[in-house]
Amino acid sequence: MPAVQETIDQVRSIDVDQYKYGFETEVEMEKAPKGLSEDVIRFISAKKGEPEWMLAWRLDAYKRWLTMTEPNWARVSYDKIDYNDIYYYAAPKNNPAPKSLDEVDPEILKTYEKLGIPLREQEILAGVEPSRRVAVDAVFDSVSVATTFKEELAKAGVIFMPISEAIREYPDLVRQYLGSVVPVTDNFFATLNTAVFTDGSFVYIPPGVRCPMELSTYFRINEKNTGQFERTLIIADKGSYVSYLEGCTAPKRDENQLHAAVVELIALDDAEIKYSTVQNWYPGDAEGRGGIYNFVTKRGDCRGKNSVITWTQVETGSAITWKYPSCILRGDNSRGEFYSIAVSNGMQQVDSGTKMIHLGKNTTSRIISKGIAAGKSENTYRGLVSAHRKATGARNFTNCDSLLIGNQCGAHTVPYIESKNASAVFEHEATTSKISEDQMFYCQQRGLSEEEATALIVNGFVKDVLQQLPMEFAVEAQKLISISLEGSVG
Amino acid sequence: MLEIKNLVVQIEDKRILNGLNLTVNKGEIAAIMGPNGSGKSTLSYVIAGKEDYEVLDGEIILDGQNLLEMEPDQRAAAGVFLAFQYPLEIPGVASMTFLKAAMNAQRKARGQDELTTPDFIKRVNAAAAKLEIPKDMLKRALNVGFSGGEKKRMEILQMALLEPTFCILDETDSGLDIDALRIVSEGVNALRSPDRAFLVITHYQRLLNHIVPDTVHVMSAGRIVKTGGKELALELEANGYADYRETEAA
Repeated sequence: MPAVQETIDQVRSIDVDQYKYGFETEVEMEKAPKGLSEDVIRFISAKKGEPEWMLAWRLDAYKRWLTMTEPNWARVSYDKIDYNDIYYYAAPKNNPAPKSLDEVDPEILKTYEKLGIPLREQEILAGVEPSRRVAVDAVFDSVSVATTFKEELAKAGVIFMPISEAIREYPDLVRQYLGSVVPVTDNFFATLNTAVFTDGSFVYIPPGVRCPMELSTYFRINEKNTGQFERTLIIADKGSYVSYLEGCTAPKRDENQLHAAVVELIALDDAEIKYSTVQNWYPGDAEGRGGIYNFVTKRGDCRGKNSVITWTQVETGSAITWKYPSCILRGDNSRGEFYSIAVSNGMQQVDSGTKMIHLGKNTTSRIISKGIAAGKSENTYRGLVSAHRKATGARNFTNCDSLLIGNQCGAHTVPYIESKNASAVFEHEATTSKISEDQMFYCQQRGLSEEEATALIVNGFVKDVLQQLPMEFAVEAQKLISISLEGSVG
Repeated sequence: MLEIKNLVVQIEDKRILNGLNLTVNKGEIAAIMGPNGSGKSTLSYVIAGKEDYEVLDGEIILDGQNLLEMEPDQRAAAGVFLAFQYPLEIPGVASMTFLKAAMNAQRKARGQDELTTPDFIKRVNAAAAKLEIPKDMLKRALNVGFSGGEKKRMEILQMALLEPTFCILDETDSGLDIDALRIVSEGVNALRSPDRAFLVITHYQRLLNHIVPDTVHVMSAGRIVKTGGKELALELEANGYADYRETEAA
């Protein structure tokens, strides 16, 4: 067929240059020396002007980390990481933190513009209804450089700031909750994060307050060989509500970049937290070189009765994804939800899923996972649902669907179910399907190109999850999924 | 309008079409009849561009364009529409969404602007009403859980909205009860126009009582073996395909 050469050219043009966010920003960086030691940790802590207890916590984590080994149970493979060949601290030189956007390095603002981040207040005000406003706490490598809408949030009593600032300004609040969901020695990567985390977001919603806007943070990895160790802590006090959006893009790299974030959510009585992520980090080139290693620990604690935590994620990037946003359903009648779309193409490896730990009475959880594998990628769903002895009336519904595009990729489902309470009811459904040639032909006969047809079928497949995202995010996510599957057919 | 010359096609080393010649003129309704396995459906797939078939010889020219050099979506934009015998299900994609994507893709390929949403909805509602398609059916995922009759009506709805110049109906009457057959036939007849041609593939005379053809072609062993007027269909109905099977053996 005449299409063959065209298809080859198309695929060739896609693999390396396709990643449109692969540009670098030239800003002078200030770095700690390469490698990890007590001195580097002291350096980070001093740079952040941290209190003594924080430094002690980090050093304790570091000592414990030295005795731990990297987990190897996930269905991913990669070259051994040399943890002494990484910079653990890099910050744009123009510190201290600017007071307004005018003081922010124009190069950084330009980067955000290319990414289409609505950083400037006037842009947000011009385009969006007041009730749909988005506050952005932008993280540029390791230091937050700009925060918008702070005043309006302050009026509502909401605290939304870089965590390094919160450690200084609200030490009691931070100390009470930090590490209470993900303990210091939870796992190798979380312990490493505890020792060296540089920045991230802190959110506190006071009792009875419905956060007046979606909170949003854009993470972006920049300086070469800089590991990103973000730490996010969100507390929804009694009867409060917050929706938090996290979006990620990173510039293109040849070296692998390590990212080991920790996110902790705490929902007290009758509180609700929605945490949505769109992750689009550099996945590596056609041969699997470069790309981000994403080893993340995300966990929510439904600590109070009737509390709700919802994780929604759209994962299209990273060379390796190791990520299991989880819920501990401690409060009676609490609810945990996990909605996930994980797309893998090229040589990407995804091992992702969730854990729903039912501890309280009448706790419910719902898991909807959609994995899409294309190219030569491997896509694994790994999930745990457990009911403890006292979790009377626990209920879970799990639905895991996998869609294969082409015949060189793999989809795997690894569910773990543990019930220690006879009254628990767990349901598990799983399907694996392939886009059929007949479906493709049918769509093409109606005038859709191969790529349009794939995008349409895939969007139908992920619809249940996309519906969970806030509107503006859903549109972005839909675009991302199409982009990341370009060239996967034909 | 459509000219097929000496078309030779095989699938997995099996010859299906064996030097087929066929001409369909503008405004014409041509019926193709023939026994099972004579290559009728293969012909429709090859015109529309399905991948599995290997074209060894011959050409298919539509309005001066060589279809065999075009991708299926390019052929669609050039005016080819195939109403499938077994329409495919697209889970999670509302029929409305699918219709809009298809219409806009073809408009884009022809260098036209995309439809505005009000314009699109107006067109769909008008066409759906004629085919007695209820609105809730348009909201359901395309063809998922549709009855046989609903699927065929959805095919004709797509045909009406995409406004093709060359329409192929592949066994559209299969699986239809009398009422559905009437609705579908009326839908097709409403689309008859001097600028549009139809290729109606069927086993039975029944459909041709509703969609009256200008010409009838008898197909056997991958070739057109006889061509006549609409009376030929009645003759076949009475005598069966026995006469033509002999040609096959020869």
